[in-house]
Amino acid sequence: MTNGGTDPGPGATRRLGGAGGDLTPQLVAQEWLDDTMLEAAGIPVHDVPLVTVGGGLGSFALVDYLRVAGVPADRIAVLGINQKPWQTYAYLARNSQIPEHERLRSDSGSVMDNIWGFPSYAVREAFAAGSLRGFAAPLWTVLTEPILTDYYTPQAGQVYASVDREAARIGWSGMLHEGQVRMVRRRQGGGYFTILTPPAGTTPTKRVAFRSTYVHVAVGYPGVKFLDDLQEYRERHQDFSRVVNAYEPHDHVYEELRARPGTVVVRGSGIVASRILQRLIDDRDRHGAQTTIWHLFRTYVAGPQGDSVFGRRPGKDGFAYQAFNFPKAAWGGQLRNTLLKLAPEDRPGFIRTTGGTNTAPRRSWREQLDRGRREGFYRTHVGSVGSVEPGPDGTTVTRIESKDGAILQVEANFIIDATGLEAGVREHRLLADLLDHTGARVNPLGRLDASPEFVLTGTESPPGKMYASGSITLGSYYSPVDSFLGLQYAGLQIADDLARIGFAPRIGPFRSVRQWWKWMRNAPP
Amino acid sequence: MTPTLAGRLQTRVVVVGVVGSLWTLLVTLAIPGDASLADKYQVTFRAMALVVLLGVGWELLYHGLQQFRWEKDWPTLFGLLTGVNEGIGVWIVLAAILPADLNVTALQFLVHFVTTWLVVWLWLNGPMRVVALRWRFRGGRLV
Repeated sequence: MTNGGTDPGPGATRRLGGAGGDLTPQLVAQEWLDDTMLEAAGIPVHDVPLVTVGGGLGSFALVDYLRVAGVPADRIAVLGINQKPWQTYAYLARNSQIPEHERLRSDSGSVMDNIWGFPSYAVREAFAAGSLRGFAAPLWTVLTEPILTDYYTPQAGQVYASVDREAARIGWSGMLHEGQVRMVRRRQGGGYFTILTPPAGTTPTKRVAFRSTYVHVAVGYPGVKFLDDLQEYRERHQDFSRVVNAYEPHDHVYEELRARPGTVVVRGSGIVASRILQRLIDDRDRHGAQTTIWHLFRTYVAGPQGDSVFGRRPGKDGFAYQAFNFPKAAWGGQLRNTLLKLAPEDRPGFIRTTGGTNTAPRRSWREQLDRGRREGFYRTHVGSVGSVEPGPDGTTVTRIESKDGAILQVEANFIIDATGLEAGVREHRLLADLLDHTGARVNPLGRLDASPEFVLTGTESPPGKMYASGSITLGSYYSPVDSFLGLQYAGLQIADDLARIGFAPRIGPFRSVRQWWKWMRNAPP
Repeated sequence: MTPTLAGRLQTRVVVVGVVGSLWTLLVTLAIPGDASLADKYQVTFRAMALVVLLGVGWELLYHGLQQFRWEKDWPTLFGLLTGVNEGIGVWIVLAAILPADLNVTALQFLVHFVTTWLVVWLWLNGPMRVVALRWRFRGGRLV
């Protein structure tokens, strides 16, 4: 592997020049960088064939495939701010009320630490159980899901622990370089420069550069987005305690509602809202909280959606129901094939119809809400929010206009924005930089345009290629990008593309079986 | 694995054919009865061939039924329970096509068919992914 013929070998580092080691306005303005520019700026350069930016589960999925394929650890650099690949995921999950013992919305075979999906989470949970009942329950669930039982879903903590084991096995910490990636620019002569800002004081210079032939971008959500009216309320009244987003830390809400009776407004009807509702009702059931919940729907799903019997999604009580964020066949079945063949302009509609706002039809959640309706502590209202204003005694007043023009005013102690909205890709500094300076383009859904192999279109720097995975690619050729199995799918497409180029061996049946056996023995790949 | 039509047919022919045949080689040794082993193999491999041949037709039906499911998936349980209708189908056709000098009892058929169905079903729900890494992402297609 060469970087335009200048690669001095994996892991080599050259300290170039004598200037300050920071980006200069001239450098930032360049679309293409050459070696002398970084030398002049005094930024040290590490040579490594492949860089993955993010260091989260998206990076992990790709690196796991590459390591299993036989790529040595010193040919891969992982750039990110966390030591463990699951840290950002766990942060968002915890805030949205999925602590380690709670179950995720992910199926048994979407096994983050094992590229084969076998043994699955359910099988492992069964064999780790200390009782016959503990052994049989997960197996019975995967056998009968979703006909007689709800889908099996793994506990968050099981996922994190197993990723830790695999990270240790593949030498993750040796590939990791901590820091924030400021930009990725194409290199004159081929490949890319990735500019990293390591934690202050850990390196002699403020920035370090990685010169690589391949770059993979997996930075997760560009950011969390508030509903506009709630954002405006927060900014105008500088109130960040009464109006909260489900993805930010907001435990004070539950603590206060347990301490004294109160009212909370929940906005949104997706999986995040379901979690929040569960937590609020669990607190009533287990800790005697006297919380009244007002659940506001902008769009109320009263029944199944869709005109054709061949495409009708279940729905009831305001929610659109499906087990996972997309129908199962979007990951590897006929819906994956459909999207691959659709014209670009038809993709957003298809993605909205099969995805969009939806939640899992769990029996326990439906029981809680049914009880809430009967007992009057769970109330729903449909309409659009006209305004949110401060009310008496430190409350908020939400004014909701129904379709028929009726106005409802709800006084509440807290408002939780559980819409789970994601910010646009431009909100993320690195992604905006890729669009402005590195040739990346947006797809019909406004995210980064990627090929079926997850190559970012427009960013080619021959022989170099830039890839991306995760939610930033939604709207390209694969819909469930924001899921464990979706990250693994992307990782496999990228690893296979790199195999076609010659960077990595392709994982064929024999290597696959040999490597799987190593995984079973927890031996290095 | 969420099957596509091509994936169903390929999986049926290749996986059921290969794994089912290997298992048939073994289990026929344990099938009760006085007939010679050669005769037993003649019966069990005919049954195996019918599982594949009739199965192609069944897969077309399953694929049609799958279209009524929003998720366009085929739950694991269905893969197990369809052994009942398929078993009955194979039994009926097998009885009709067996030459006069071969015969099979219900017990012999059940020992062979039920174990083969279970082995193939278990194989498809786990080890298959180890041998064919991309199979689950391609709707069960092998080529």
